[in-house]
Amino acid sequence: MKLIDKMIQCKINGITVNVEAGSTVLDAAEKAGIHVPTLCHLDLHDVGIVNQNANCRVCMVEDEKRGTLVPSCAEKVTDGMRIQTDSLKAVMARRTSLELLLSNHPQDCLTCVKNLDCELQSLAYEMNIKEIHYHGEKMSHPKDLTSRGITKDTNKCIMCRRCVTMCDEVQTVGVLSPLKRGFDVVVATAFHLDLGQTSCTYCGQCVSVCPTGALAEMNDAPKVWRALNDKQNHVVVQVAPAVRVAVGEMFGYAPGEISTGKVVSGLRRLGFDKVFDTNFAADLTIIEEANELINRIETGGTLPMLTSCCPAWVQFIEAQFPELLSVPSSCKSPQQMMGAVTKSYYADKTGIDPKDIVMVSIMPCVAKKAEAAREEFNRQGLQDVDFVLTTREFSRMLKEAAIDFKKLPEESFDELLGESTGAATIFGTTGGVIEAATRTAYEMVTGKELKDVNFKQMRGLEGIREAQVEVGDVTLRIGIAHELGNARKLLESIRDGKNHFDAIEIMACPGGCIGGGGQPYHHGNTDILKKRQQALYKLDGAMKKRKSHENDMVMKLYEDYLEKPGSPKAHELLHTTYSTKARI
Amino acid sequence: MREKILDRSTLDTALLARLDAYIDSLKGDKQEQLIHVLHKAQELFGHLPHNLQLYVAHALGLSGARVNGVVTFYSFFNEEPVGKYVTSVCMGTACFVKGADKVLERTLNLLGTKKGEMSPDGLFTVKDIRCIGACGLAPVVTINEKVYGKVKVGQIDDILSRYRGEKRAD
Amino acid sequence: MPIKTREDLMQLKAQLPDETSYRMTILLCGGTSCLSSESDIIDEMLREKIEKNHLENEVNLVKVGCLRFCGEGPIMFISPDDIAYVRLTIKDVSDIFEQHILRGHIVDRLLYVDGAQNKTVPAPKDMDFFKKQQRIALRNVGDIDPRSIEAYVAREGYEALRRCISDMRADEVINVVRKSGLRGRGGGGFPTGLKWAYTASVKSDEKYVICNADEGDPGAFMDRSIIEGDPHSLVEAMIIAGYANGASEGHIYIRAEYAISIEPLRLAIDKAREHGFLGTHIFGSEFSFDIHIKLGAGAFVCGEETALIRSMEGHRGEPDKKPPFPSESGFRGKPTSVNNVETYVNIPAIILRGADWFASIGTERSKGTKVFALAGQLRNIGLVEVPMGTTFREIIYDIGGGHPEGKQIKAVQIGGPSGGVITEDFFDTPIDYDSLIAIGAMMGSGGMIVMDEDSDMVEIAKFYLDFTQDESCGKCTPCRIGTKRMYEILERLTAMEGDPQDLERLETLGENIKNASLCGLGQTAPNPVLSTMKFFREEYEAYAYRTKRTSYLIDGKQCIGCTKCARVCPVDCIAGKVREVHTINENDCIACGACYDACPTNAIVKP
Ligand SMILES: Cc1cc2nc3c(=O)[nH]c(=O)nc-3n(C[C@H](O)[C@H](O)[C@H](O)COP(=O)(O)O)c2cc1C
Ligand code: SF4
Ligand code: SF4
Ligand code: SF4
Ligand code: SF4
Ligand code: SF4
Ligand code: SF4
Ligand code: SF4
Ligand code: SF4
Ligand code: FES
Ligand code: FES
Ligand code: FES
Repeated sequence: MKLIDKMIQCKINGITVNVEAGSTVLDAAEKAGIHVPTLCHLDLHDVGIVNQNANCRVCMVEDEKRGTLVPSCAEKVTDGMRIQTDSLKAVMARRTSLELLLSNHPQDCLTCVKNLDCELQSLAYEMNIKEIHYHGEKMSHPKDLTSRGITKDTNKCIMCRRCVTMCDEVQTVGVLSPLKRGFDVVVATAFHLDLGQTSCTYCGQCVSVCPTGALAEMNDAPKVWRALNDKQNHVVVQVAPAVRVAVGEMFGYAPGEISTGKVVSGLRRLGFDKVFDTNFAADLTIIEEANELINRIETGGTLPMLTSCCPAWVQFIEAQFPELLSVPSSCKSPQQMMGAVTKSYYADKTGIDPKDIVMVSIMPCVAKKAEAAREEFNRQGLQDVDFVLTTREFSRMLKEAAIDFKKLPEESFDELLGESTGAATIFGTTGGVIEAATRTAYEMVTGKELKDVNFKQMRGLEGIREAQVEVGDVTLRIGIAHELGNARKLLESIRDGKNHFDAIEIMACPGGCIGGGGQPYHHGNTDILKKRQQALYKLDGAMKKRKSHENDMVMKLYEDYLEKPGSPKAHELLHTTYSTKARI
Repeated sequence: MREKILDRSTLDTALLARLDAYIDSLKGDKQEQLIHVLHKAQELFGHLPHNLQLYVAHALGLSGARVNGVVTFYSFFNEEPVGKYVTSVCMGTACFVKGADKVLERTLNLLGTKKGEMSPDGLFTVKDIRCIGACGLAPVVTINEKVYGKVKVGQIDDILSRYRGEKRAD
Repeated sequence: MPIKTREDLMQLKAQLPDETSYRMTILLCGGTSCLSSESDIIDEMLREKIEKNHLENEVNLVKVGCLRFCGEGPIMFISPDDIAYVRLTIKDVSDIFEQHILRGHIVDRLLYVDGAQNKTVPAPKDMDFFKKQQRIALRNVGDIDPRSIEAYVAREGYEALRRCISDMRADEVINVVRKSGLRGRGGGGFPTGLKWAYTASVKSDEKYVICNADEGDPGAFMDRSIIEGDPHSLVEAMIIAGYANGASEGHIYIRAEYAISIEPLRLAIDKAREHGFLGTHIFGSEFSFDIHIKLGAGAFVCGEETALIRSMEGHRGEPDKKPPFPSESGFRGKPTSVNNVETYVNIPAIILRGADWFASIGTERSKGTKVFALAGQLRNIGLVEVPMGTTFREIIYDIGGGHPEGKQIKAVQIGGPSGGVITEDFFDTPIDYDSLIAIGAMMGSGGMIVMDEDSDMVEIAKFYLDFTQDESCGKCTPCRIGTKRMYEILERLTAMEGDPQDLERLETLGENIKNASLCGLGQTAPNPVLSTMKFFREEYEAYAYRTKRTSYLIDGKQCIGCTKCARVCPVDCIAGKVREVHTINENDCIACGACYDACPTNAIVKP
């Protein structure tokens, strides 16, 4: 159906370029090797995310035939078009737009979360802005620091609306919108509520695309520093799968660099007493989940069963589809299972008082912060997980402690909760959880060995994917969605009886946790997501054990403590409940 | 704040029923008709408090932010209650060149209020509007339905007094 | 009974009582301006008297739309006597009734006085205001009862539609429109036939025609007057457009604030539906069409067509980038032809009288007439329709009668907030799309404001910018922040807090806002500033160099010491004894202008 075979020709700064019909002037300029600055533009075409409302006007170039300026990010190339990107008119217009943005900006770079990672700041540098000629009223809105995951400093907002595109069009949560008009326009929540009072899922996608410091994750590093410095505490840390393939980017490594060993040694140097692997808990989750699925199939329980390890997704279904709360698996997420097991099994084994254990997680995710704070995850006054740091916060802590990441040695996770299989690794990408679950369910049901563990039909970056797997004499119908908008479509089709599945995996972020809201900023580059994904599959492929039930330490946990999957003890520690949330 | 927005008890149930009936009566895509629904809601309730906006959002299956974004975009919609007498000073060009800005300034001064806000006595809300089509009478002031044409700065006190119920000893 | 044929139309027409059967017909203005000065009460009172005296069959009192001479309103025309009574009040009703209606005596004191020549002009056709006008768009406005479909049909209403559907193919209709040379009256001046041809050529299961009746331009009331005075013309034209463009739905976007206009429009649509002009099998053909009203809610930018479409879809009225144009992807993503009210109402006339007739009026590249809302410091204020190519001088002096006090006219603002000022030097420019662009102005939608020597051009520019920055949708940077910054500079200047560099800032900022903004609002917002800066730079400099006097003054030679000024001054800064020359304390004067209004001898001098 695509009309891409048609090529058209245009001239950019005198250079002839052939591009596919439908390309933007920006695409063409890029092809000609000419850089045009952009700010509001965001194009994650592989995951279908485009913010092309052309509002910032810092990418204006001159259409020579018409003699007018056009926004290169949104203007489609026409045959024979002649574009001049550096005419005085274009350069002046771009500068003026940027100066105007800066005239309404706090210019707090030195103490800003985004310092040196800010697109607005880079642009000011790139365009050589040394003076702002216009002055006047500036926005003055209170900061929102009350939510459990995200801070919003509206005064730094440039109204580019990338976050709105994310929240409204991609995630269909619709928490953010431009309000008012003219100079008073502000991108905000309904009625200027604090984000935490809305049905925000904390997926953090708005944060991950915000070009400025207007949206950021809550900074929990100070709390962790304090915990690390209290001698009374036994501080345990866990690291999620997607972190290890992205964190390197914060230190100049190429995307997809696998840095598991450095992460572990870095955490030890920061002073953590034990460094555990969330992958251990991922294997544990698979066993509980596969068991639950088989149970539901055998006893005629609610189908499909939805995975529940993505907290943003859980928040989403609680607010948007309260009538479907019986479908998600009751399993806690790996992060929470890890916390619960640490404060029970590990505490038992080591004789440490659970009250003295501080559980910290390093996550690709902003929603995990909110998840850790849920009341459901409090047992006897203790939260399963105490503090959650994003990949970015963790990297900043390393920098703060003057730890040279590049020079860190490779070390291994600590015993007891440190072993994992390849199945756990791929939790970090869309399709991974369900693939891991299928590997285990297959062997649990059939009792036969699964020869080829690679379920290729479950992989990829397509928003909604389907797969069918023969497991003994049943065919498992599997659905996969990433991004909440796709999840909504899938759920609606199920609710309306148009589609039937046995199991569904949903991840809120584009690409799954590799594209999590707490990951190093990709600044709109999809290739980065792809590299991270490839790295996870590479890790999986390199493992000897690739099925969760082959994890010896997990099996030992059952033998020593939990008895068997789905046991009352397992339920107490590893399962949870859901409740309806108001939609705002 | 959140609780207040979720609380519907401050909204008259009879009026809500009429709003529901109106929404039910709409044909075609109801979300597309958000602006019409808001007009109806404002007509019924006088203004569009936050909990009413959220009510409309839920009724149409829209997010609160989307509805609030629309309400705050259009100057015809009021989030705050308006005074008994909506006093609109025409600031269309014809009126402006005949001194409407002075008329507006004087009106605000006399009432001790700001544009768009209710006067302290709750009687007046002063707005500036754009050309009501009576340019021949410029400058024009309307108080509710009543139109005053060729208004002079010196007359405003008199005009407002008629609504304040004060009788001036002349 | 649905109307299917020409005979049916004739029958409908026959239902209207013949005007000649009355002894007297009174057209009383029910336009907004006149209604505002109680023409509705005058109407009621007069009707009551007529009924009481059982004169219903002798005296035909018709409440019509705007009679166009709004500055003289409330106004009425009486035929066959051919006289106009102006500036009516409710106190005049009994005189009109007793003297004129009952006895046939003309009430002299209510006749129009031409101030320029200081003589009474009883007949509308003899008034300078009407002499140079030529009506196409306003052909029925003020002549017929807007609530009567029969009255419209009696003026060949719906005959153009009948001809289109019965005798012409869609492409033939488009061809006629194309050949007529009609260009969009909503501001842009895009050739209407071309737009239709484009929309018609795009393949789609559904198409729409939209009427842009937003008219948010401050100081413009042409479209509203058309809708109030002749709503069926619009309805008929839209059906024709639907037929030509291949659309089966039409939508009229109008502000909820314009309740006075919406009511007759709704009525007209209902009547048209009743008579089968809307619905299925129109004029017995396979063509179906219906019209819906979509309400706006007070946002000037919603007049921009993409914003209008967003608003119609229930969103914030923010413009979208173009292309794609609505003709390709508009309302609900379907091909949509958006046209202005005045553009539409020309269509039935073009169909009936032919493309050549229309093309014979106007100039080389601007055909037909244009309606202007004439206002400001002018003797005659109201709606004027003149052939394209009429000069400013003709409009200002011949039609508008010049300044009421004979002061110098300094400039005309045309095109509203997107336009610019035109100075005396250009008053002989023929008004058409291209000549205006050539002198750095633009047609805009038709607001025309005349300013006299007392006008402060910096204040005027500030006024427009206040409007645009307030009405900016806020989506794109240059307009959202840039117009605000320009406004702030103007505020500083007029508060005597600016500096000479501000002038340069205004110019650079203005140029860049024009170049970089996303939609027409931002692209034109700096025009009033840039054009006044071009022609009246010294006024800007007086502020920038702080040499400007800001207080009012009393001309001692004129002052008779009446004390009126001192009594109205809100800050008590006027001193003087009775029958002695008064003086203003310049430091305290807040320039409110109250004294200026109060002074009976024009002794007070504006800054
Ligand atoms: C800011 C802005 C406001 C506008 N307002 C109006 C309006 O009130 N009425 C109108 O007919 N066109 C208005 N237009 C022009 C429309 O976008 C559009 O060109 C027009 O409706 C097309 O109809 P026409 O071709 O018949 O003129 C406006 C344009 C801009 C940029
Ligand atoms: S958002 Fe960017 S430009 Fe603004 S203060 Fe922070 S780092 Fe500086
Ligand atoms: S760049 Fe200059 S202003 Fe910024 S921190 Fe360094 S010394 Fe200070
Ligand atoms: S975190 Fe997710 S749900 Fe919350 S505002 Fe951001 S994008 Fe929307
Ligand atoms: S919060 Fe960030 S992403 Fe959202 S509009 Fe503001 S600057 Fe853009
Ligand atoms: S997909 Fe992963 S990173 Fe994103 S919200 Fe869910 S758990 Fe967090
Ligand atoms: S130019 Fe102004 S009105 Fe137009 S899109 Fe930009 S901000 Fe909105
Ligand atoms: S302009 Fe106003 S303040 Fe100045 S003298 Fe006249 S009445 Fe007084
Ligand atoms: S109103 Fe005029 S004439 Fe009377 S005192 Fe004042 S300046 Fe003199
Ligand atoms: S990047 Fe093109 S307009 Fe913002
Ligand atoms: S400008 Fe005030 S009524 Fe038209
Ligand atoms: S409104 Fe009465 S003449 Fe125009």
